[in-house]
Amino acid sequence: MKHLSYFSIILLLLLSTSSYGNDLEVCKSCTYKSIKEAVEKAAPFDTIYVKEGTYYEFNIEITKPLTIIGENNPIIDGKNKGEIITIQADNVTIDGLTIVNVGTSYTTDFAAVRVVKSENFLLQNLKLQKLFFGIYLEKSNNGKVLNNTITGDAVHEYSSGNGIQLWYCRNVEVRGNTIKKVRDGIYLEFSDEILISDNNSSGNLRYGLHFMFSNHDTYINNVFANNGAGVAVMFSKFIIMKNNTFKKNWGSASFGLLLKEINDSEISHNTFEENTVGINVEGSNRVTYTHNDFKNNGWAIKVRGACYFNVFEKNNFLYNSFDISYNSRINDNKFHGNYWSNYTGYDLDKDGIGDIPYRPVKLFSYIVNRTPETIILLRSLFIDIIDFSEKVSPVFTPDNLLDENPLLKPIRHD
Amino acid sequence: MIEIEHLHKKFGSNQVLKGIDLEIEKGGIFAVLGPNGSGKTTLIKSILGMVIPDSGIIKLDGKKVKGQWKYRNEINYLPQIANFPGNLKVKELINMIKDLRSGTNAEDQHLIELFRLQPFLDKKLSNLSGGTKQKVNLVLTFMFDSPLIILDEPTTGLDPISHLRLKDLILTEKAKGKTILITSHIMSFVEEMADEIVFLLEGKIYFKGSINELKTKTQQPDFEHAIANILTTSDA
Amino acid sequence: MLKILKYSFFDLMRSRWSYVYFLFYLLLGVVLLFLNNDLSKAVITLMNVIIILVPLIGTIFGVMYYYNSREFTELLLAQPVKRSSIFLGQYLGVSFSLAMSLVIGLGIPFIFYGIFNSSAIWDFSLLLITGAFLTFIFTALAFVIALANENKIKGFGYAILLWLFMAVIYDGLFLMSLMYFENYPLDKFSLIATMLNPVDLSRVLILLKLDISALLGYTGAVFQKFFGTNFGLIISLAMLILWVLIPTGIIYRMAKTKDF
Repeated sequence: MKHLSYFSIILLLLLSTSSYGNDLEVCKSCTYKSIKEAVEKAAPFDTIYVKEGTYYEFNIEITKPLTIIGENNPIIDGKNKGEIITIQADNVTIDGLTIVNVGTSYTTDFAAVRVVKSENFLLQNLKLQKLFFGIYLEKSNNGKVLNNTITGDAVHEYSSGNGIQLWYCRNVEVRGNTIKKVRDGIYLEFSDEILISDNNSSGNLRYGLHFMFSNHDTYINNVFANNGAGVAVMFSKFIIMKNNTFKKNWGSASFGLLLKEINDSEISHNTFEENTVGINVEGSNRVTYTHNDFKNNGWAIKVRGACYFNVFEKNNFLYNSFDISYNSRINDNKFHGNYWSNYTGYDLDKDGIGDIPYRPVKLFSYIVNRTPETIILLRSLFIDIIDFSEKVSPVFTPDNLLDENPLLKPIRHD
Repeated sequence: MIEIEHLHKKFGSNQVLKGIDLEIEKGGIFAVLGPNGSGKTTLIKSILGMVIPDSGIIKLDGKKVKGQWKYRNEINYLPQIANFPGNLKVKELINMIKDLRSGTNAEDQHLIELFRLQPFLDKKLSNLSGGTKQKVNLVLTFMFDSPLIILDEPTTGLDPISHLRLKDLILTEKAKGKTILITSHIMSFVEEMADEIVFLLEGKIYFKGSINELKTKTQQPDFEHAIANILTTSDA
Repeated sequence: MLKILKYSFFDLMRSRWSYVYFLFYLLLGVVLLFLNNDLSKAVITLMNVIIILVPLIGTIFGVMYYYNSREFTELLLAQPVKRSSIFLGQYLGVSFSLAMSLVIGLGIPFIFYGIFNSSAIWDFSLLLITGAFLTFIFTALAFVIALANENKIKGFGYAILLWLFMAVIYDGLFLMSLMYFENYPLDKFSLIATMLNPVDLSRVLILLKLDISALLGYTGAVFQKFFGTNFGLIISLAMLILWVLIPTGIIYRMAKTKDF
């Protein structure tokens, strides 16, 4: 179904440009000196070529199907006066423009490019700099946002906007974008059937990717690094998260991935590396975690209550300060056949599975939850001793929380 | 040569030296005598700076020794018990001491021959007998040419021949005009060698003078009885 | 002093114990690397060894050397050598030979394993540096104990007690006080408490490399500054140096007044 719809869009675009369209050119010495002028004069399905140069323009409103293509990196400078391009028509393509100096306002969310209630849009190869919001999709469906580079200079959360924002959208593909230094790299709210792939969202003030009330979405092959708080997926269902990398999200309220009220989702083949918390889970049920690598995180997984029927299988837990932390004594989740680098058991029958179960929750993680300053005693002999005694007879940690089949060698995921 | 004034030393609650005043002139052999625990070794170690006195002044050639260390170049010391680091070979030990006192000439070759130590040069010190160790000790002491020689129980463990050689050695050094300080329990040895006696009793100088003066003072015909007399009268 | 250092050092280099120590580390390195084949895991195990075993060996060896070399010391005291040079020379001789056994013993297997081509080189060098520091610190403390106690048995007893206190008991008390006063801001306190124990200090120094992700999870501003910047590394190293200098200074002072 999905493929068919993509195919029809492409066909439509091809048809629109080749059969009906005329070409218009914008440059210093052309008939049209400004984009706004060209857009006004153009007939539906025309193509506007914007030549090299800097154009001081804002509030360009597109209300008919058009294709705007930048040649040799033309720059549109909004001089911080407001929104630059607003699209309110189906079948609009914008390609190869550089847009700088979007206006900042505390009352209106100015964007470099905004799409309102439109379909079949294509925004690609755009370079957005010095912006408030980058690309803002509003109640728009069946479009694509491809290979854009969005570089903000956000300092404060209250005075910065998001890189790519989707609000009440359906069936949009966000692929190959690079987003840096904005508030949230990619933000989704009430948007379903979105495919987010091959993006790099790093160094953002708050979240690399932020989901709210959005279902049936997929994100794969993305990199999220050095974000203020990592990636947050909240109040959503049926999300597929695959092959993503979550790296170096450091800080007290920071994590690779935050799951809050997420049900029936799948998290697989991801890498969580050097995050303060790899995954922070709260109120999430029926989520499967398979073939993920958790490497050098402070806490690989922090479970904060009300999580039921989750399955952790075939993951590698490598050199995390803490593998799992729980804040309650009750466990309804299953840990099975994972590799734990902290496992010290043996395998006498040589079947590759440890003969004694592994307890991923340590007493010390419980202590640190209670008194965070005690973290400074990590890896001291005294702590090892009390952890050992807790391992022998669990008092403070859930006694049924164990991996009965810990693997002896890390898993190679295919 | 050595001037000592009001020397006091206490080890814990044990007052070992209770105000020693002593002057030792340059040249000659002086024997420091006294019963066990009278403070002989403490006195000697104070001169060497191994024991730090509680109060009092020690001067060597008119210079205070407190806190100094270079003056030990002028002293050859033979410790009472020949304790050496066991890992070293005899040769290495001799070379090490020479190295530590670099700048002064050492006459070790002659002494090694005198005490017939050649076969032991490549042996480790821990494998030597007590007597051989004492010979090594003597070599280390006499190989330097210093104006003051301090010998703490030099005869311990020596065979008669070595004993004789030691006496010759001491007399040769004396002939060179050196000052030699000896403690010993062997009264015949002291009587034979010493020009002057310093007798310590309970941390004080009880007597200082020649053997003859001691005999006169105690009215005893011979040296050994004179010493015994001091001890019995003081006990009473 | 250099002469004494030289003689103590060569004396020790010839002793059986130095070889035992050296071979132990060599074996440990080989076992960890070639049987395990996992560098990160090896570094973590090594950290445990270094912060527990190195202080223990430093203390025992220091006390043992001091008592065993009494003869040597007495011999030297009669020579024209400065008193403090004798003890500092011996102390440095012991520390250097122990530190060398550690660094070379562990270094060889790691070089063969190809540490230089690995990103773990920094973690590893930091381990060796802290190990060397701990050797110097605990040998110095051992010398202080030995200088203060003529009685060998007592000296050994105090030395073991010191190690036990620094390695285990201190952390127990530390943990208890943190939990007892958990309602107060404790980050400053816990950093100071860490600085006051060289074992904890070294551990934290290594944690800065191994567990920085977890350490940065705590909100306290002092912690953030300490762990989040180079500040922590610099302060820790400075404190380690201080931890070497202070006992060395005490040795120096004790040496001046000690009787033999």
